[in-house]
Amino acid sequence: MTKATAKAPWVVHVNCNSCNGCDIEFLACLTPMYDAERFGVLHIGTPKHADIMVVTGSVNNRNARVLRNLYEQMPSPKVVVAMGVCPATGGIFADGYNVIGGAEKVVPVDVFVPGCPPRPEAMLDGILEGAKILAGKRQNSVTVKPVRRIKIVRPAAPAADPAAAAAAPAPVKEEAK
Amino acid sequence: MSTIVPFGPQHPVLPEPIQLCLELEDERVVSVIPVVGYVHRGLEKIAEKKDFIQDTYLIERICGICSFMHSMSYCMGIEELMSIPVPPRALYLRVIWAELHRIHSHLLALGLLADAFGFENLFMQYWKSRERIMDAMECTTGGRVMLSSCCIGGVRRDIDENQKKFVLDQLKEVEKEVTSLNRTMMEDYSVKQRTVGIGVLSKEAAYAQGAVGPTARGSGLVMDHRMSGYAAYRELAIEPVVETAGDCYARTMVRCREVMQSIDLIRRAFAQLPDSELKTPFKGNPSGEAVIRCEQPRGEVLYYFRGNGTDKLERLRVRTPTFANIPAMLTMVQNCQLPDVGVIIISVDPCVSCTER
Ligand code: SF4
Repeated sequence: MTKATAKAPWVVHVNCNSCNGCDIEFLACLTPMYDAERFGVLHIGTPKHADIMVVTGSVNNRNARVLRNLYEQMPSPKVVVAMGVCPATGGIFADGYNVIGGAEKVVPVDVFVPGCPPRPEAMLDGILEGAKILAGKRQNSVTVKPVRRIKIVRPAAPAADPAAAAAAPAPVKEEAK
Repeated sequence: MSTIVPFGPQHPVLPEPIQLCLELEDERVVSVIPVVGYVHRGLEKIAEKKDFIQDTYLIERICGICSFMHSMSYCMGIEELMSIPVPPRALYLRVIWAELHRIHSHLLALGLLADAFGFENLFMQYWKSRERIMDAMECTTGGRVMLSSCCIGGVRRDIDENQKKFVLDQLKEVEKEVTSLNRTMMEDYSVKQRTVGIGVLSKEAAYAQGAVGPTARGSGLVMDHRMSGYAAYRELAIEPVVETAGDCYARTMVRCREVMQSIDLIRRAFAQLPDSELKTPFKGNPSGEAVIRCEQPRGEVLYYFRGNGTDKLERLRVRTPTFANIPAMLTMVQNCQLPDVGVIIISVDPCVSCTER
């Protein structure tokens, strides 16, 4: 069972706030040129069957809830792979008035794949890295940290001096359930 | 009694998050309410924060599928505001990259359509041909999706003889492969069962609801902004591809034929490619107002610019093709059967990340 899951990770793709660049590159991974299926990676539509979640794009006030919801629906253990700079930091859209930032503000991310967009080879590498982490999670039977409820607030207005900005609270407030 | 079924935001047939609340009577769709905002990034506002040269690369990321055409329209607008002449070779190179983008976008859309009606093999085949176009773009610009080769006043890179040969070789292969794939798309019995007569949009409705691009041309409207001759299209003489039936089949046909048309256009552009500088140097900041229209794979895009003499634009407004197509899409979905909703939506080829920016 353990071996099988790590060798055939099923992937669900969640498009948060992406510009489509990463999405089409991720879809290109599945097509004959790059053929993710030779590694047993299968793309499926529903999070309930998935082991790995691929996130593209930054998170905004509206889709944070959707991302969280989809993450919670996945059976544990689960791995999140963030494709591109958008889910890492917010990328080029980080200044947007409704952009919260990277995917890590909402779900725990295991693998970051840099690039805008990353090449499909890099994406495949990221998924395989995720599969390794998945196998580790299983063998050590590490349970995922208890899921916390998040409350999304608007990002605070940028503070005047950098010291105050560093001291300012993160834009996402987390509360224990 | 009717039931409301949410379709999306996460749905296997949708590559992008948009929610459609379908009001159903048994299996028949009575009305549709789109719910948007999942991909909203506030891009127009970010564009006011960055300076107008940085914006070229920001605007490219409105949509990854037609990224080059977005940066091209943006550069055309700034060039108009600042009266920068563009060298002829740059105009031709822009056409070449824009048409490469059109081919890749159409092949992508045809593939997704095949996936929407469950023809996985056809999807894979279309995307396999598409990789050749991606290779051609990578060979000439270094990027597969974000070309970043358009800049204000011209283009940043040239295409040399070797690259030209590579692109033309790839096009030859793509033409061969896509011709045979298109035959399946056009003649296969089971494909026709899913597309002919489904999601009909009459010519009058298309006109009244302001449809653009292949959606309008599939309904018999002769509307292709390339005919107005921006960039080097004036010298290349475009014949718009028009179908009259207005159903999913007609829209698909338009795309199939436009791929061939674009291949032909690139060949002619290469044959006529003039020799000149690649870019005109410029000084100063944009001021005044300008409106630019451009034909993208999904239809006509409209840009509005207002500059105030500083290095930041005062306002940038983008009306993207999918936004114009949404009313038409809602009309098509009405009174269809629930299983056809996916096919109809994909046949319009919506690009949600453009629409919401
Ligand atoms: S990382 Fe770049 S290509 Fe990917 S979604 Fe973000 S802006 Fe688009």
